[in-house]
Amino acid sequence: MTDNLLEVSGLKMHFPITKGVFKRKVGAVRAVDGIDLAVKKGETLGLVGESGCGKSTTGRLMTRILEPTEGKVLFDGRDVSHVGQAGLRPLRRDVQMIFQDPYSSLNPRHTVGSIISAPLQIQNIPTPNGLKSAVQDLLKLVGLNPEHYNRYPHEFSGGQRQRIGIARALALRPKLIVADEPVSALDVSIQAQVVNLLDDLQREFDLTYVFIAHDLSVVRHISDRVAVMYLGRVVEIADREQLYKNPRHPYTVALMSAVPVPDPARRERAQRNRVLLTGDVPSPINPPSGCRFRTRCWKAQDICATEDPALIPRLEDPASHQTACHFPVTEDEVVAGRRPAGAQA
Amino acid sequence: MSSTTTGTRPFLEVKDLTVRFETDDGIVQAVSNSSFAVERGKTLGIVGESGSGKSVTSLAVLGLHRTRSNAKVAGEIWLDDQELVTATDEDVRKLRGGKMAMIFQDPLSAMHPYYTVGAQIVEGYRVHHKGVSKKEARTRTIDMLARVGIPQPEKRFNEYGHQFSGGMRQRAMIAMALVNDPQLLIADEPTTALDVTVQAQILDLIRDLQDEFGSAVIMITHDLGVVAELADDVLVMYGGKIIERGPAADVFHEPQHPYTWGLLGSMPRLDRDVRDRLTPVKGTPPSLINLPDGCAFHPRCPYAGRNGNRSFTEVPELRGGVHAVACHLPAEEKRRIFHEEVAPNL
Repeated sequence: MTDNLLEVSGLKMHFPITKGVFKRKVGAVRAVDGIDLAVKKGETLGLVGESGCGKSTTGRLMTRILEPTEGKVLFDGRDVSHVGQAGLRPLRRDVQMIFQDPYSSLNPRHTVGSIISAPLQIQNIPTPNGLKSAVQDLLKLVGLNPEHYNRYPHEFSGGQRQRIGIARALALRPKLIVADEPVSALDVSIQAQVVNLLDDLQREFDLTYVFIAHDLSVVRHISDRVAVMYLGRVVEIADREQLYKNPRHPYTVALMSAVPVPDPARRERAQRNRVLLTGDVPSPINPPSGCRFRTRCWKAQDICATEDPALIPRLEDPASHQTACHFPVTEDEVVAGRRPAGAQA
Repeated sequence: MSSTTTGTRPFLEVKDLTVRFETDDGIVQAVSNSSFAVERGKTLGIVGESGSGKSVTSLAVLGLHRTRSNAKVAGEIWLDDQELVTATDEDVRKLRGGKMAMIFQDPLSAMHPYYTVGAQIVEGYRVHHKGVSKKEARTRTIDMLARVGIPQPEKRFNEYGHQFSGGMRQRAMIAMALVNDPQLLIADEPTTALDVTVQAQILDLIRDLQDEFGSAVIMITHDLGVVAELADDVLVMYGGKIIERGPAADVFHEPQHPYTWGLLGSMPRLDRDVRDRLTPVKGTPPSLINLPDGCAFHPRCPYAGRNGNRSFTEVPELRGGVHAVACHLPAEEKRRIFHEEVAPNL
């Protein structure tokens, strides 16, 4: 057995585009288009990328809310790629999800008590002190008042609702939690409280997280390893420190340089070093040939249009730092404190 | 940022602005006694969380509460020596979209789905430029679309809002706001719905256009990073009040209000080493219908009660010179707490 809790290989999710009465298939949105990833026991893997890069779809494939078009999902060594309802039930005990929108992810007609106890009832989990006390323990755990057992979601603030979602995900004591933008709908101070809570829970229950977010600073804070996605692919993956200190893929470099730094004294330097990408992300219905980033890349050459770069270690990087790029950005380019040569202003 | 009455007034001066809404649940104290000023060519950043009163402040400047019968606006708003709170609806309407304009957060809902993007901008232009022909207005609009970096502006002119991507839609919004050369531009969370790479493009664009036209800009956001990028001066709002006000460098490097410390402590930052834990403010923001007595922040403040019970009973005034703060803690003690207890954890 490896120490990988979850492995996906060659994972693809193509959503068909249909036309006419007979739903003739005329194309496909290639939301996820060939991803290999492993999540180690006890770690937090961060998935970052901009809207439409396939990070949420990847999360939904990992939890098997979606069934992959191609490729495999192995949980704890077991292939769960295509198991049906009956096979999924035991998986749900081990893999849970936290959703982005704390407003639409809780049923407004159910009380907090029934929302949090639903997983326990569905899975027939025995509760020695009764269902109510099990739920109240969970509420306490996520920092909510256990007396509020009978309240409805609308009586809570956004941050508190997100805590309810976390309590529901924890009810079955899962091994893996996939959190899809769990804090992006929250105010800054509430965001930090929830991040700290997720941290504490991970320590207490030995949880493994896949943390999906577009905010690079939050992902850096919470993750042990980070994978950067672009147009349905992982373009770079590395340990946190390594990735943020030595980003190799031009897209990662551009993404990081775009994050505003909360320090007016560094404003000018930040702006000078900024790599501004032009144009929009191409459509995932018809992605560019070869490297998918080449249409917006300042380093692109002929080979980028013909050959799809493999996700492998580049330059002198350790085996754990893999980049899918023919012309990775070197340390000199990044560290010298100037815009990478040839990058657009 | 002084509010002296001698000499010339700042380009925009807001004095003791108070906005209340009467609702079935009670009176919402959206903004209380806020004073600030912005000069031409300068950017004021207003920071705060949901319900802190930052958007209401900007809507009041534009006079957008006038049509709401339950809104009560008091105080003075001076734009280029013209008072707006007591001005007639007609006078304010002439300024709105002309001398002052706004960029909204959600460009899809701020645009009309039935009209083409071009038609909407043309309309805005012709309202403020009577006697301009349709053709001239069209040329002006296409110029504007090109100025904000929209490729193929002639073609995009005839498209609808939903055919634009998020970033392009925000650019079109900016073109719409800028078509009449406004001297005051209010941007309410203009990049919140956008991806970081697009956000960088839009902030760059706002900066360039400001350099070119010398307008005053008010940038409203919850993102301290965005404020640090653009603002010359910063207001921090909490519970409908300004709790800290000053030049951006002072507010970011020597923040004086415990709430500002909490905001900075909540943010993981890429320019620092990873901290073990974030140090956010405890608790949740107050309801604007039932504001706590005394300092509105006291239920969440770790330092409330350090100097007797004043925090619980007495509303702190915004005091200080260029860098002002509304807090009962003595200045000396604040400085010590910030440098010894807060700054090491940021």
